[in-house]
Amino acid sequence: MVKDELLYTETHEWIKIDGRIATMGITDYAQKELGDIVYVELPEVDSELSTGDILATVEAVKAVEEIYIPICGIIVEVNEQLSDSSDLMNASPYDEGWIAKFEISSKDELEGLMNAGEYKKLIGE
Amino acid sequence: MIKKTPFYNIHKEKGAKILPFAGYEMPIQYQNGIVHEHKKVRESVGMFDLSHMGEFIVKGSKALEFLQKTTINDVSELVIGQVQYSNMCYLDGGIVDDLLVYRDENFYYLVVNASNLEKDFEWLKSNLIDDVELINVSDDTALIGVQGPQAETVVQKLIKDDLSTLVYYHFIHSEIDGVPAMISRTGYTGEDGFEIYFTDLDRAEDLWHKVEKAGEEFDVEPIGLGARDTLRLEMKYPLYGNDIDKDTNPLEAGLRWAVKFEKGDFIGKEVLERVKQEKIHRKLIPFVMDGKGIPRPHYKIFKDGEEIGEVRSGTMSPSLGVGIGTGYVHRDYMKSGNLIEIDIRGKMYPATVIKPPFYKEGTIKK
Repeated sequence: MVKDELLYTETHEWIKIDGRIATMGITDYAQKELGDIVYVELPEVDSELSTGDILATVEAVKAVEEIYIPICGIIVEVNEQLSDSSDLMNASPYDEGWIAKFEISSKDELEGLMNAGEYKKLIGE
Repeated sequence: MIKKTPFYNIHKEKGAKILPFAGYEMPIQYQNGIVHEHKKVRESVGMFDLSHMGEFIVKGSKALEFLQKTTINDVSELVIGQVQYSNMCYLDGGIVDDLLVYRDENFYYLVVNASNLEKDFEWLKSNLIDDVELINVSDDTALIGVQGPQAETVVQKLIKDDLSTLVYYHFIHSEIDGVPAMISRTGYTGEDGFEIYFTDLDRAEDLWHKVEKAGEEFDVEPIGLGARDTLRLEMKYPLYGNDIDKDTNPLEAGLRWAVKFEKGDFIGKEVLERVKQEKIHRKLIPFVMDGKGIPRPHYKIFKDGEEIGEVRSGTMSPSLGVGIGTGYVHRDYMKSGNLIEIDIRGKMYPATVIKPPFYKEGTIKK
């Protein structure tokens, strides 16, 4: 499942832009590939991340995946619910399973992201 | 070229995630995921395609002598119809592989790890003695594992022989829907269960569906290699390549019970006897994370800021809901209750050494 109104990365994350605030999570395709997500290491609020820094570490039973931030930004909120219920990323990857919100300083970097149509092509949907 | 087991199409149909493992396209997990599959086996019953495993037949008048020399356990203790866990060792005591030895009426049957199949066969061949014949029957053998507390009820529906009298680590020759099969009460999950070997590969899919049908009342499900690994680790059963390898020996791996020094000479004995006398230097310990954090192979183990070892196996335990792992540490740190730390991505997470197994409610019938 791919949602029309979101932007996507080649590494299967989604980003929702709301003014200067970006919300990020992993796609339905990614959660299926990972399988049962059992632990998420979240970033700290107020931390300043550069493009390509680790935003979060997601652990499935048999795999560890780093989630990289595709645009630089300052973390304004993290999804605390994931600390106890990381399985929300499996059950609701686009809604309750969001990882973090960050403030972006420029929208220039958004041009490197894919729209829903391009992402669908990437995953062969 | 990568091989497929006779059940490959079934895995595909069921939407399994299939990856290469030991030269085979194997199902890692099916659609419900590892945690679900794991619990299915602990609570009810699941079925496994284990056809990638290696099987050798050893026969001839000197077969016993040959196996006494090449394996660490005492093969002469086996009666016909009995199975034994064992290791093959190199001269330096390092482990070639761990394996099962079946004693049949006119031959012995060895079951080895898929990833070591060719290496094992070459090793055995290079140690072959006169009047022993060694045959690799792996490609002609299909293997279905049925594991879980309901396994007996399921398999009993398929055969005439009485399974209630089949003791743990014993086997019978039987027949499922006209197909001759060897059925042993063995497994690597900690639950009661059976392993069904047969060579009529044209009927393989048929037999899979027969087991499925027999397990219908318990909603039997196929279980992938992912859950197979979490199930075995919760029992602290060793996995070759992780917990044991050519640089570890059976004594430090916690397999002292399988080393029979009194049986006579065997490859590796001299070194192992020395290791035993000098007291083993290190030991494979099981540990449980005290809070958050999941140990993974190659993470470093610390005690009071000092590095004392490396994680060999590690996972989130689906039964216990906490990270569990194994690793080799110096014997000073091996006692259960000892506090250690695991370096996870540069941060120290506390863990405690425990007595195996991690999961203590298993239904295996010892």
